[in-house]
Amino acid sequence: MRILLENFTKKFGELTVIDQMNLEVRDGEMVALLGGSGCGKSTTLFSICGIHKINGGRILFGDRDVSNFTSQERNVGVVFQSFALYPHMRVEQNIGFPLKLRKESPSEIKRKVDEIAEMVHIEALLTRRPGELSGGQQQRVALARALIRRPDVLLLDEPLANLDAALRLEMRSEIRRIQQETGITAVLVTHDQTEAMSMSDRIAIMDAGKIVQITEPKDMYDNPVSDFVAGFLGSPPIAFLSGRIQDGHFLEPSTNTKIALNGSAASGQDGRKVRIGVRPEFFQPDGGTVISGKVSFIESQGRETLYDVALPDGSILRSIQGGGLRSKIGDTVEWGIDAPRILVFGEDGGRI
Amino acid sequence: MTGNYRKWPIILALGILTAPIILMYFYLFLDTVTNAPPGSLVPDEFTTEHWRFLWQTIPGRPSIWLATWNTLLFASITTLIVLVVSSAAGYALSRLNMPFRAFFLGGVMVLHAFPTVTLLIAIFLILQMLGLYNTLFGVIMVKASLELPFGIWIMKGFYDTVPWEIEMAGIQDGATRFQVWTKLVLPNVKPAILALGIFSFLAGWSEFILPLVLAPDNKVQVLSVYLAALIADDNNFDMALFKSVGVFYVIPVIILFVFFQNRLMNIYSGGTKG
Repeated sequence: MRILLENFTKKFGELTVIDQMNLEVRDGEMVALLGGSGCGKSTTLFSICGIHKINGGRILFGDRDVSNFTSQERNVGVVFQSFALYPHMRVEQNIGFPLKLRKESPSEIKRKVDEIAEMVHIEALLTRRPGELSGGQQQRVALARALIRRPDVLLLDEPLANLDAALRLEMRSEIRRIQQETGITAVLVTHDQTEAMSMSDRIAIMDAGKIVQITEPKDMYDNPVSDFVAGFLGSPPIAFLSGRIQDGHFLEPSTNTKIALNGSAASGQDGRKVRIGVRPEFFQPDGGTVISGKVSFIESQGRETLYDVALPDGSILRSIQGGGLRSKIGDTVEWGIDAPRILVFGEDGGRI
Repeated sequence: MTGNYRKWPIILALGILTAPIILMYFYLFLDTVTNAPPGSLVPDEFTTEHWRFLWQTIPGRPSIWLATWNTLLFASITTLIVLVVSSAAGYALSRLNMPFRAFFLGGVMVLHAFPTVTLLIAIFLILQMLGLYNTLFGVIMVKASLELPFGIWIMKGFYDTVPWEIEMAGIQDGATRFQVWTKLVLPNVKPAILALGIFSFLAGWSEFILPLVLAPDNKVQVLSVYLAALIADDNNFDMALFKSVGVFYVIPVIILFVFFQNRLMNIYSGGTKG
């Protein structure tokens, strides 16, 4: 079911956390709310499920205005960061709890619990208590409990933050699989860009209570609207250089390197101050516009190696390269920037 | 840890230090079933006469069984009231966004620190005015209300350790706030309820000053008052009888302690841990 936030405003006392936010999550879509801590992403989530009362605007599920509905009336499934399983109940009781509240018959509850347990692969754990489960298993139980009453909307609040690295990878694809299998509309809150990119259909990136950009992960990576978005997505992160525009080129002041600009940036006024963003995969030993600097830091990531290259004025470029070690710290290197792939930002941070 | 030093010197030292109290308990029990010649510590005959209060009423006193029944009523009803009220009030103070929350919290603290004796005269007057003087009901209400601050405070501490997410999840699953409390939160503070229950029961069982002042009459007498009256009676002074009633009085307490001491420890350790 479609979720629509219209001019949604949330205040805590005098403090306005979210001001006039608009967001549409299409039917069957999974949207990630991505942002740093305090950006209002969890507040948005808790407002959608009704735990927070909204101070302005409307929230619609389908065509139904649920703004004034209580949590109990909204039919929303939520998976909490801590999973929030009921410690005194067995797994089957945990999952069946929402149905028991609806006074469904025990046989009906059992049938549905078995069905959903099969989908999230926890058939063998039904008689255990949450304390006897691993993090990943608890996560599956929490998902099953959220999904069992066929909610209109599924909300996931940092669902992977409490898992260790290996499990995180597994649950990432599991959650996505279950979401696609059920065709449920889902909102995922996360501060981890990899999670957002790998799990969702679209990402809404948030900063200070506002949605900065909302689009598909790939498009957001390639075409960020601002340096904030560009800096948030990508690991290792994008590197920024400051300089000026000259004759349709970017002039890096410390090395006097000229990098050809394209699109609207190329016709930018001479002398205009800009920043360019270079992703590590577009700064490579061969090809492109050559710029020289000193290797200042090397981090081996196994399959790939990450190099930090310092320019004379101290600004840093990053390069990620496959294969073996190519340089040592302190080496002067002349590597090339893939000019067509650079991102140009104005002084206000907006994309040019 | 025990490998680092010899055990027997410690056991010996502790043994010597504890010997007097162990001897006292031993003689307390021994004296209730034996008679010893004057001046001697060694008993020379076995007797059940000191336990005669069990089957015959001591002149001028109520039946021991009436007193026991009164004590049981007094302790259990007090416990019941304390449990019901503190589990609800503790939840409200811990979780509900209600007006004057800070004031209530402070108030509970202050009342907890208030010595009972200072209130005695005022309570006496109030009970007399209400016609509850010399009734079990009156003294139960007083005892329960004086136990409440402690109970509320303990329960609040336990509720504070229950994660908020559990309540949010419950609301989301469609439970009302009341169902969240009864079905999700209360089961998670069960150890606290049990510990507080035992604690209140023992406090009620051993309460002396309130029943003495507020319900001294034979019909509503509890065991502690019964016991005190025995020793206060200079005309029929009987030390062995006094000891026997004392043992009778303390047996339920010992049994409760033996069975529940671990649970009772909860109240001091569990309230603060996460």
